[in-house]
Amino acid sequence: MSMLNYLLKRIIQIIPVLIIVSILIFFMIRLIPGDPALIRLGDKATPQMVENLRREMGLDKPIIVQYVIFMKNLLKLDLGDSLHYHVPIVDLLKKRMVVTLFLTAVTFIFSVVISFPLGFLSGIKENKIQDQIVRTAALIALSMPQFWVGLILMILFAVSINLFPVGGWGETWAQHLRAIILPAFTQSLMTAALLTRNLRNSVVDILKMDYVNFARSKGLDNKIVKSRYIIKNAMIFYITLISMRVAYMLGGSIIIETVFSLPGVGSLMISSIYTRDYAVIQGIVLIFALLVMSINILTDLAYTYLDPRVRLE
Amino acid sequence: MSREELNSRKEIPIFKRSINLNIGILLVLIIMLPVIFPHFIATHNPTAVSFQDMLKAPSGEHFFGTDNYGRDIFSRVIWATRIDMTIGVLATIVPFIVGSLLGLLAGYYGKWVDNILMRILDIFMAFPFIVLVIAIVAILGPGIKNLYIAIWVVGWKYYARLVRSEVLVIKNSEFIQAAKVLGYTDARILFRHILPNVLSSSIVFAASDVVMCMITAASLSFLGLGVQPPTPEWGAIIAEGKAFISSAWWITVFPGMFFVIAGTGVSLIGDGLSDILRTKGR
Repeated sequence: MSMLNYLLKRIIQIIPVLIIVSILIFFMIRLIPGDPALIRLGDKATPQMVENLRREMGLDKPIIVQYVIFMKNLLKLDLGDSLHYHVPIVDLLKKRMVVTLFLTAVTFIFSVVISFPLGFLSGIKENKIQDQIVRTAALIALSMPQFWVGLILMILFAVSINLFPVGGWGETWAQHLRAIILPAFTQSLMTAALLTRNLRNSVVDILKMDYVNFARSKGLDNKIVKSRYIIKNAMIFYITLISMRVAYMLGGSIIIETVFSLPGVGSLMISSIYTRDYAVIQGIVLIFALLVMSINILTDLAYTYLDPRVRLE
Repeated sequence: MSREELNSRKEIPIFKRSINLNIGILLVLIIMLPVIFPHFIATHNPTAVSFQDMLKAPSGEHFFGTDNYGRDIFSRVIWATRIDMTIGVLATIVPFIVGSLLGLLAGYYGKWVDNILMRILDIFMAFPFIVLVIAIVAILGPGIKNLYIAIWVVGWKYYARLVRSEVLVIKNSEFIQAAKVLGYTDARILFRHILPNVLSSSIVFAASDVVMCMITAASLSFLGLGVQPPTPEWGAIIAEGKAFISSAWWITVFPGMFFVIAGTGVSLIGDGLSDILRTKGR
């Protein structure tokens, strides 16, 4: 079936999941003990004030009606207002999204730049010294908690020598770039380690395949063998893994942004937990879910494009 | 080789099979020392406040220096080892058991049981692991107990998927069909024939899952949402060190080093197990 058909089919499959996810998120917030209106007003509120606010927030209506209102607003792209900042949540998220997406993009670039050559090298020199070194380094990198690595890098490159700023986002895009390097590098290590390992295993498996020997015995130059056969086949799993990791990077941004004081969506989530700004938490979790699901669909598409055997199913 | 020689060939003992496994076990044993005997290894009381000793650099008396309350960092890190390792193991075991069981049943019985499980998995797969864990902790409130609950609720999905796909492969193999023809009960087939063969990838994953849970717990404690003060925990100690990063680097650096040793040890065990398990059955 054509790509468009496949895309539509996947989107339709996603819809029931989306609905259930939205129901879950909606109820998640309502499960928090305590009356939201009371929390918002504090101790000094009179029962009358609380009642008024409840009516204003729509809390006196039956829960089904509340859910319908929630969904209607959602379709209008209205996530409500932040209880803490008193601005519409979507405005808040817009600015923060730029930071987080920038962080994720640079992390992605670092991960690929590190893992691609290392994975190849490691795979081609299977079990030789280069392979052992790379694999050991990858293993250790996977056992290091991101926030700690970030702080160590901060100590080495920002505190003792002023190569990078000690956190913060900066004002100009030049400063943004300088500020994002340490955080993105920190976050990329774990993903780079996994990708390197994955690529190495793919290359090792591919090198054993008949078609590689056949290509070489045909007299094809090694460079062509590498690019045409090895890389293309290794890419399938590599790309699938990268997109799974992008979902993880979104989650990891929560920690990295806190460590480096970056004003992104992740740090917003944490501060909202402390200020009990449940509307924001709800909105962020929803956005994450949407992003992850979209990435999954795109991955599936890429997978069908790269591996023709899948298409024939 | 003659038949007698073939039959009497001894099996390679476990400890000679994979060097990764051996190094991993060694590291984990080293880490277990502070877990079991913190009293003997720690030099000071981990919660003893001492205002004269605030923010002292590492020395003969305080191997890892002191923090802003004058507490000895070395002792705190040693006592924290027990907490972190416990969390790592306990947080993994429940999802392992529950997830594997669900995957087993879904894969074997198929049809609507499998469908429901896959839908539920789809829903959980829509969220990154940490986001969901943090969200659950945000609702339930910070603390160790809620941390466990959050990880348990989210962590089972990996095992269910792994076991289910292995079961699907094995379901149609000859020896299972033979068992069915022989009239064995479902329970017997499931637990005596299928289960032992599908668990290997889950066990290997469990090793990396222990490290992942440790990192998650440390991260949440770092954010203030996990283990609460004054309980020492590597992530929490590092968080305390963040405020003094330019003046007292030792608070941040040392707990992490312990973490890397423990994590590397467990990962090596996982690697070693995957080496062994891979060459065994095939």
